[in-house]
Amino acid sequence: MSSIRILNLSKVYDDSTHAVKQINLNIDDGEFIVLVGPSGCGKSTLLRMIAGLETISDGELYIGDRLVNNLEPAERDIAMVFQNYALYPHMTVYKNMAYGLKNRGFSASEIEERVQKTAKMLEIEQFLTRKPKALSGGQRQRVAMGRALVREPAAFLLDEPLSNLDAKLRVQMRVEIKQLQKRLKTTSLYVTHDQLEAMTLGDRLVVLNQGQVEQVGAPLEVYNRPETLFVAGFIGSPSMNLIDIDHLDKSINAHALSSLPKGTDILGIRPDCLSSSQPNEPSIQLECNMTLFEPSGAESHLYMSLKDQQQILIMRVESLKQEFSEPYFKVYAKIKDIHPFNKLSGKRTD
Amino acid sequence: MQTKKLTFRNAWLPYLLLAPQVIITAIFFLWPAGQALYQSLLRQDAFGFNTTFVGLDNFTRLFQDDLYVNALQVTLIFSVGTTLLSMSVALLLAVLVNRMLRSRDTYTTFLVWPYAIAPAIAGILWWFIFNPSIGILPYFLEMLGISWNHRSNGNQAMLLVIIAAAWKQISYNFLFFLAGLQSIPHSLIEAAAIDGANKFKRFWTIVFPLLSPITFFLMVVNVVYAMFDTFGVIHATTEGGPAQATNILVYKVYRDGFVSMNLGSSAAQSVILMAIVVLLTVLQFKYIERRVNY
Repeated sequence: MSSIRILNLSKVYDDSTHAVKQINLNIDDGEFIVLVGPSGCGKSTLLRMIAGLETISDGELYIGDRLVNNLEPAERDIAMVFQNYALYPHMTVYKNMAYGLKNRGFSASEIEERVQKTAKMLEIEQFLTRKPKALSGGQRQRVAMGRALVREPAAFLLDEPLSNLDAKLRVQMRVEIKQLQKRLKTTSLYVTHDQLEAMTLGDRLVVLNQGQVEQVGAPLEVYNRPETLFVAGFIGSPSMNLIDIDHLDKSINAHALSSLPKGTDILGIRPDCLSSSQPNEPSIQLECNMTLFEPSGAESHLYMSLKDQQQILIMRVESLKQEFSEPYFKVYAKIKDIHPFNKLSGKRTD
Repeated sequence: MQTKKLTFRNAWLPYLLLAPQVIITAIFFLWPAGQALYQSLLRQDAFGFNTTFVGLDNFTRLFQDDLYVNALQVTLIFSVGTTLLSMSVALLLAVLVNRMLRSRDTYTTFLVWPYAIAPAIAGILWWFIFNPSIGILPYFLEMLGISWNHRSNGNQAMLLVIIAAAWKQISYNFLFFLAGLQSIPHSLIEAAAIDGANKFKRFWTIVFPLLSPITFFLMVVNVVYAMFDTFGVIHATTEGGPAQATNILVYKVYRDGFVSMNLGSSAAQSVILMAIVVLLTVLQFKYIERRVNY
């Protein structure tokens, strides 16, 4: 177990694409960090640079106190779980797990002991003599975890490990990974594009966009106070409504708008912060027209368009109310629930 | 696997569509093979005036004949040598080319070219290169103090035909190995690298075992090639000499049958060759079917 320090890390490919731009990050010993972002944001590249599978173009990478820039993957004392599991198809589960230990010169008895212990922990003991082909997706996923765990490395790197599983299994494995990490307290880096996984798993989130860090923070901190327009739109499902201030009725909302910080020209409002009844505290008011009602059991979503505008807003509702069928109905958002942003800088203004 | 059943309106159409292949197989394979089987049981007198039925006598004579036993040994050395050489060089080249990114296709094209050259021409090429009086290689070897003359040295003659036969087959093996290497997911190699295996170890513990179905397939194909398809190479270079040193089974069939006109013995030899092909094919299918699910 050890900390990971990332200083001005950059990756430039031969064709001069800048995949990772000057990233700085301090990961504490035992922390569970989730790298999240849309595809092509550089999150996998960053993870692979830490693993040693991609060369580092610029910057410094420390695992523990060692500068590992020029070390081979094997010398970095990390373990990685791949998206496609990358199990060796010609070896049994036992041999798959023993391979890394064997290469590092462990004695046969110690290998046996470690593999059995890990297999027991992951409940894959009965599969040890099987080959990966004879396992289901979930079992393979466990074996891939086991192969990483058995080495007891300084850090785990997980590259979208759950994306090949079906939805139900994914939720189950997500819980297990979290419990496992809490128990073992091994520094972990988890890459995902699924913001639900990101929110539920990480001690801290690192939101990446176009090779740059947009925001770092605890999941709820990022959710409650997105620092940039990108984070506001990316984190949260359904995503936050981002309304241009020019689309509002200036005369009705004059008073409310004046209380917003200077330079605000985009208002971010979460779907659950919109309401069709007027609150008795300062709020803004929007005139909308329903376009679609989407029931999904526990909660439902109402899609609506802003009067005289193309923009679609989403509001969380409990049920379909009579008033929504009127040509235009009013929805309200409390001033304190509004996330104010500046369009040009993309940053928060308060 | 689900098989699609296709129904033809005209009952004769499927037979008609199959006919060209069946006719070709019948004329150029089944008929000659049948002839050979029949001939192998007969013996002609020295002038071809009368032919008598001798049963399996041709076969028993063959195995008592020192020249035939020699040809068997020569064939064994030749086919094992050719297979090993062509496969190891091909694998080495495939591994090297597979590491290239942009130039991969260019290298592949150049490496596949030799395959388009007719065996006899390849033989002539090597005949010139190794020619003891005018060849370039003996000239250089002379400088190193090695005297090259495959016309008098049987081992050198064997080396020459092995190199000449293997050279052409390298292209074929190379293509298969390259395709095999490319079908191995890159993440497996990366996982092995993280698991502490160096390049050498990664190759022998991960890549090579995963190539084993291809390696086995190529091994059978190459042995079959060396045993049956190398007539042209031998004919153009050593003609089986010196002193039977490179007289492999196929070449001996031709020499005994069409030069010495001993048809009965020649036919018996080709029947034995047929049996070997059948054996190799059965072996291949059995093994591949077993190996396909790892």
